[in-house]
Amino acid sequence: MTIAIIDYGMGNLRSVQKAFEQIGCAAAIITTPQQVRDAPALVLPGVGAFGTCYRNLDRQGLIEPLCAALRRGTPFLGICLGMQILFTQSEEFGSTPGLDIITGTVKRFQFHHNPGTAGRIKIPHMGWNTVHLIKQHPCLNGIADGAWFYFVHSFYVSPEDATVVATTTEYGGCVFVSSIAKDNIFACQFHPEKSQTVGLALLKNFAAFAEHG
Amino acid sequence: MLAKRIIPCLDVKDGRVVKGVNFVDLKDAGDPVDNAIFYDREGADELVFLDITASYERRKTMLTVVERTAAEVFMPLTVGGGVRNTQDIRDLLNAGADKVSINTAAVGNPILVQQAAEQFGSQCIVVAIDARRARQPDSENPAWEVFIHGGRTPTGIDAVAWARTVETLGAGEILLTSMDCDGTQDGYDIELTRTVSRAVTIPVIASGGAGSLHHLYEAFAEGEADAVLAASIFHYRAYSIRDAKEYLRRNGISVRL
Repeated sequence: MTIAIIDYGMGNLRSVQKAFEQIGCAAAIITTPQQVRDAPALVLPGVGAFGTCYRNLDRQGLIEPLCAALRRGTPFLGICLGMQILFTQSEEFGSTPGLDIITGTVKRFQFHHNPGTAGRIKIPHMGWNTVHLIKQHPCLNGIADGAWFYFVHSFYVSPEDATVVATTTEYGGCVFVSSIAKDNIFACQFHPEKSQTVGLALLKNFAAFAEHG
Repeated sequence: MLAKRIIPCLDVKDGRVVKGVNFVDLKDAGDPVDNAIFYDREGADELVFLDITASYERRKTMLTVVERTAAEVFMPLTVGGGVRNTQDIRDLLNAGADKVSINTAAVGNPILVQQAAEQFGSQCIVVAIDARRARQPDSENPAWEVFIHGGRTPTGIDAVAWARTVETLGAGEILLTSMDCDGTQDGYDIELTRTVSRAVTIPVIASGGAGSLHHLYEAFAEGEADAVLAASIFHYRAYSIRDAKEYLRRNGISVRL
């Protein structure tokens, strides 16, 4: 099976593709609505702005086929912005609508601290942080509670339905949802393609999940 | 808890590492990809390639290096050196870099930082600041001055004010090098690091001067850095990345081990 990585002009798809190749899994970059419809498994990577992400998907005519595939049960992996866009809306620039596959909001980290003093919490949340396992999912097979993953983001997701939460992570006193799982969908805020061995293990899990469920 | 990052830096000239890992196990000490694989296995948190190739034409070599590295190493890779415009940034990102570091071009054309952040996202735009302590800081002369062209040209710009400016323009991170400390192995400029780190809300990478594990500790504990960049102490195998992280953990710094 070939995993289809959706190219909508946001983020480094090559690194995701190379990571799949590294674990012996064929991965192709796709751009058209028909390719989305035909894909046996989809990966939506992405970094950057939420609004641009939605507009680019829209411009390529990918929103309808993507939502249809998600509802139809096509195995799906969302990474970073590719997770956030699944939500109802983002607080970025007032309020920007998302795909509304998962009910909830995307919020910006907010830390109150006086400039020039010690202990400022930096935004973006950038670097390696640990994930706390909340529920089991095939994509998390063999991933230890407290495993380190690489993050880079200023916004985080807040789902209405707590049962979708797969892992949480703490940053600057804020415990946020670092991955979600619902039926055919697994999506994470961290970057498995940049998280060395543990990240490759997660991608391998997704490939197996896509193949066998 | 977010870990403090340890970032080895490799100087690359014409596609070859200039000051690489001084280590017999390495197949080819001059190959940036072999060096990257080595540091990946050692548990480095990120990697920086600094292209010091003199001629612009020969910089294409760097794209091949980045491409080969990205196929082998699955950790964040920052590439800097000679980046002039958004096309250079796009080329490096497409080759597989996760972040691109801009220095001289940002000073010459600050709008480049804004355009790059808008086009590619703040998370991949690092502004490198080379700062030198002024001999007599006063109301006219800033405490630290920004230098460009690899530290050869003074600009009269206050490094702390410049850090704030690039944050406003959309930089996602600052790579802060003390020219006074660079190469001395006497420790980072703690006061500079702390002053800049407190002046902005984006992460600050301390650079220049690491000679011992205690220096790394100081950069975090006293300099309030989010990450440290080091070259010599790792390349010459004085310490491994693991030694550094174990030392930091023993001293209460959160690291990924």
